[in-house]
Amino acid sequence: MRDAVTAIAADHAPDRSHGSERLRLIWHNIFPFVVVGAIWEIIAWTGIFPRRLFPTLEDVATAFVNLTITGILPHHAIETVIRLLTGFALAAIVGVTIGVLMGRSRRAEDIFLPLVSIGAPIPGLAYAPLFLLWFGLGNLSSVLLVGFVSAFPIIFNSWTGVKAVKEIWVRSAQAMGANDHRLFRHVILPGALPYILTGLRLGLAQAWRILVAVEMLAAVPWGLGWLIFGARKFLNTDIMMAGIVVIALIGIALEKLVFQKIENYTVVRWGMISS
Amino acid sequence: MVPIEIRDVSLIYDTPGGKVPGVKDVTLNISASEFVCIVGPSGCGKSTLLNIVAGFLSPAAGEIRIGGKKVDGHGMDRGVVFQDFAQLFPWRTALGNVAFGLEMKGVPKDERERIAHEQLRLVKLEKFTASYPHHLSGGMQQRVAIARALAYNPAVLLMDEPFAALDALTRDDMQRLLADVWRETRKTVIYVTHNVSEAVYLADRVIVMTPHPGTVKAEIRIPLPRPRDPLSVEFLDFQKELLRHLGHGASASEPTKANGKTTA
Ligand SMILES: Nc1ncnc2c1ncn2[C@@H]1O[C@H](COP(=O)(O)OP(=O)(O)OP(=O)(O)O)[C@@H](O)[C@H]1O
Ligand SMILES: [Mg+2]
Repeated sequence: MRDAVTAIAADHAPDRSHGSERLRLIWHNIFPFVVVGAIWEIIAWTGIFPRRLFPTLEDVATAFVNLTITGILPHHAIETVIRLLTGFALAAIVGVTIGVLMGRSRRAEDIFLPLVSIGAPIPGLAYAPLFLLWFGLGNLSSVLLVGFVSAFPIIFNSWTGVKAVKEIWVRSAQAMGANDHRLFRHVILPGALPYILTGLRLGLAQAWRILVAVEMLAAVPWGLGWLIFGARKFLNTDIMMAGIVVIALIGIALEKLVFQKIENYTVVRWGMISS
Repeated sequence: MVPIEIRDVSLIYDTPGGKVPGVKDVTLNISASEFVCIVGPSGCGKSTLLNIVAGFLSPAAGEIRIGGKKVDGHGMDRGVVFQDFAQLFPWRTALGNVAFGLEMKGVPKDERERIAHEQLRLVKLEKFTASYPHHLSGGMQQRVAIARALAYNPAVLLMDEPFAALDALTRDDMQRLLADVWRETRKTVIYVTHNVSEAVYLADRVIVMTPHPGTVKAEIRIPLPRPRDPLSVEFLDFQKELLRHLGHGASASEPTKANGKTTA
């Protein structure tokens, strides 16, 4: 707590003038977390809530380290990530295909648009009991449910993206002799890519939400969702927090190491969106 | 190169607000390797006519023949350059854009890149082959678009106000460049513009269209030798004649002229 305050004060001190640009940027990014962390610590230490229910950051860190050393946390994390990526991959393939079809063909649009429009606003968890009845408890239903629910934003955005492909690109390509197949591959897909990437991002967020919830319902033995909900029984709030931190870390890793890399290599490099 | 016959071509747009004529009864014969400019007031149907020749729109009546063959849809005998800078593919470099038509034709990679380099040199962009369009200025992008339309060697070049969005100086340079390129390649060109001096500078023949719904109002042959001097008396006389046909009178304070070619 005191550290945080000194740090804030330091930022406004003359120190700033010779602080390197990079450090400033890092500080800029972590500042909100430092503030929230500080407030958290204050509340934890005042004892308004019992410590079991409101652990200090040190408790959370200890739980995190212990669970990591024993290999329990990595095991949970890996199971979750595998489910997440399998379901998401399904959603990406099916979602982009349907979305692009809808954008390209009137018939496909007429068939899918009403279905997708009705299905999308329904909270993903509402489908969970059905999937569990159909596919049983366990991995299969969680993966399928993740795929199903996260496909919606991917479908919508791919469809919009294809619709937003500039007519002038299509005409130019056709004038240069592109047939339908090549038009699709060389013009429609790259032209719709900014939207498709947005759809994939939203889809992944959706996949997280539903997966963590369904891991509890589907009675899978491992998984971060299971860890978090299971910890409730014994009031292990430090473990819950550790689980949440891992989810956040995986989320950041996927965003920084996958999405931003892909984006920088494609749509940003092409000037189709600004970085 | 090939001649173009446009016979009794009409087109009507179906809009929610009713039927809007695009062009009306246009008849026009263009000989092989001729450079024809089409001028006319805004909304008279110049773009519509060009899009019909390009094969993007099909006429309600009449027909178009290119090299004796009836036009049915787009084809690689025609290269098209639009007014919009956004016509280039942002996901391809200048070279990739220029090579596109050749790629569609199935020309091997080495060969098409050699030709694309060549075309980019023709429009003086050999230093920018690896640049993506968003790093090029408007004028450079239009030059890439011209190189792209020429690269797969179509017999006909269709251009819809390709330089209209450029500043006056760049525009002068581009006109000179286009005149040079045309002299070298001898394509049959249909070039739409609303800039009278541009038309006199570039064309063998200028077609004046009536206001909407457009049809051919007058044809003016420009027999001046090339390269043309935009400050010569003959040049200005043709400009005045065109302006008269467009109903602007021939006063020296004519605003169209201010946009026109003023450098030698
Ligand atoms: N897609 C369209 N749908 C309906 N009407 C159209 C469409 N495009 C053009 N028109 C109508 O057809 C007429 C001719 O349009 P066109 O674009 O060919 O004119 P233009 O001579 O190229 O004009 P400008 O010099 O402004 O480019 C206009 O009156 C316009 O209202
Ligand atoms: Mg036009």
